[in-house]
Amino acid sequence: MKFPLYFDNHATTPMDPKVLEAMMPYFTGDFGNAASRSHPYGWVAEEAVEKARLQVAKLIHANPKEIVFTSGATESTNIAIKGAFEMYAEKGNHMITAVTEHKATLDCAKYIEKKGGEVTYLEVDKYGSINLEDLKKAITPKTILVSLMHANNEIGTVHPIEAVGKITKEKGILFHVDAAQTAGRIPIDVEKMGIDIMSLSAHKMYGPKGVGGLFVRRSNPRVRLSPVIHGGGHERGFRSGTLNVPGIAGFGKAAEICLATMEEENSRVLNLRERLHTGLSKKLDEIYLNGHPTERLPGNLNISFAYVEGEALMMGLKEMAVSSGSACTSASLEPSYVLKAMGVGEDLAHTSIRFGLGRFNTEEEVDFVIDKVVEVVNKLREMSPLYEMAKEGIDLKTVQWSAH
Amino acid sequence: MAYGPKVIDHFNNPRNVGSFDKSDTQVGTGIVGAPECGDVMKLQLKIKDNVVEDARFKTFGCGSAIASSSLATEWVKGKTLDEVLEIKNTDIVKELSLPPVKIHCSVLAEDAIKSAIADYKKKQTPGSGEIK
Repeated sequence: MKFPLYFDNHATTPMDPKVLEAMMPYFTGDFGNAASRSHPYGWVAEEAVEKARLQVAKLIHANPKEIVFTSGATESTNIAIKGAFEMYAEKGNHMITAVTEHKATLDCAKYIEKKGGEVTYLEVDKYGSINLEDLKKAITPKTILVSLMHANNEIGTVHPIEAVGKITKEKGILFHVDAAQTAGRIPIDVEKMGIDIMSLSAHKMYGPKGVGGLFVRRSNPRVRLSPVIHGGGHERGFRSGTLNVPGIAGFGKAAEICLATMEEENSRVLNLRERLHTGLSKKLDEIYLNGHPTERLPGNLNISFAYVEGEALMMGLKEMAVSSGSACTSASLEPSYVLKAMGVGEDLAHTSIRFGLGRFNTEEEVDFVIDKVVEVVNKLREMSPLYEMAKEGIDLKTVQWSAH
Repeated sequence: MAYGPKVIDHFNNPRNVGSFDKSDTQVGTGIVGAPECGDVMKLQLKIKDNVVEDARFKTFGCGSAIASSSLATEWVKGKTLDEVLEIKNTDIVKELSLPPVKIHCSVLAEDAIKSAIADYKKKQTPGSGEIK
């Protein structure tokens, strides 16, 4: 086992060695600019880009002409939201999203609010799921866009994309999906799901960082978006700038591998997650799953460990790389806005840990993690005045705390 | 985030973890902080002849909060109550090299010491009765 064990596959994934292999020729030998039409260096580069475009398109059941390469999902989301807002200004100025979205989406929503747009932020239930009736009610004649993430990056809850796609189709509203956490991990079919625009990231599917994609539907309806980056008119004008050929080649290879192995890998990763969850639940009392029990990413396990604090827990878990739901390192001491939106109390939100399992995790690693987490949680609970009070039968909610 | 070596040492080997009987008249108990703020510190001092004989702590909080309270228990031992009250949060910040975002942990430790002594003094006042 290589320490620290990597259990943070929602943040990024290690690159598959086969992906690196696919990228290598385009750094030195075949270094051409894909836009150079006058010599073989350019042709070879363009060929690599078009091959990758096909590989990425296949992963999501799209036409290769509907794939635009970008620097990553954040840029894609910027083009989707700002681009639609500007392009469809005559039609309306209202968009609908959810409170638990990624910051890329929320910050773009805030940006268009500043520019005169109106945004409805849908609330979520205790599992982090939106209510379709709320969505229907939020639609106005001015609504031009619905933007939702496929699965949440913190709690793994998967949104009912296909059902939302039916509603937006019916109403003639564009539907943007942030699929950064799901592309390459769970099946996506843009036709079946009624998706019009979609953000993709390579480095969350064992590809390289700094490259991503934007799916833009070409027919029924033909989606137009104003560009955010202007220049030489690359990528059919959606995104100017010399193409990152090695990165794009790697993205394509990563997509190809994900598609070929998805079914097998999904069940393997799901088994590992269940092993981890069951192992922890058997050996520790008062642990709580955050997110939906079944409608969730196979590799996501987000758990609150009552009476211990997340940052201290992570400090004790130095043999593994995990993420805490509490942003205690910031000056604000605010726990995760996602957990808060789901109604998780601040006490439990401060004690949450996100385990993100992926392609390279093993049973041996999971068993190590179980033992270590149990050991550290028990040690910290022994040290926790809250655990002591709870064991004495004191209801912590009735205690008059001295705020500071 | 990166922790200083002294914080890591106190976190890995916390000094004086535990509890005294809080109804003991020789024991002063201070509980400060709140769960929703992410830290709660319980500091107990066993006091004899105006001198802190022994100390215990339990802390719910980040590594810096645990280290601050662990250090506080070391520092108070053997000191008179007046000397103990002179311990300032800035001394803890300096000793543990706490970054600015963790200064509140040291403030909490200072508050816990003061609160424990106030509790002890209250118990010594005739007629005040024991706290529940």
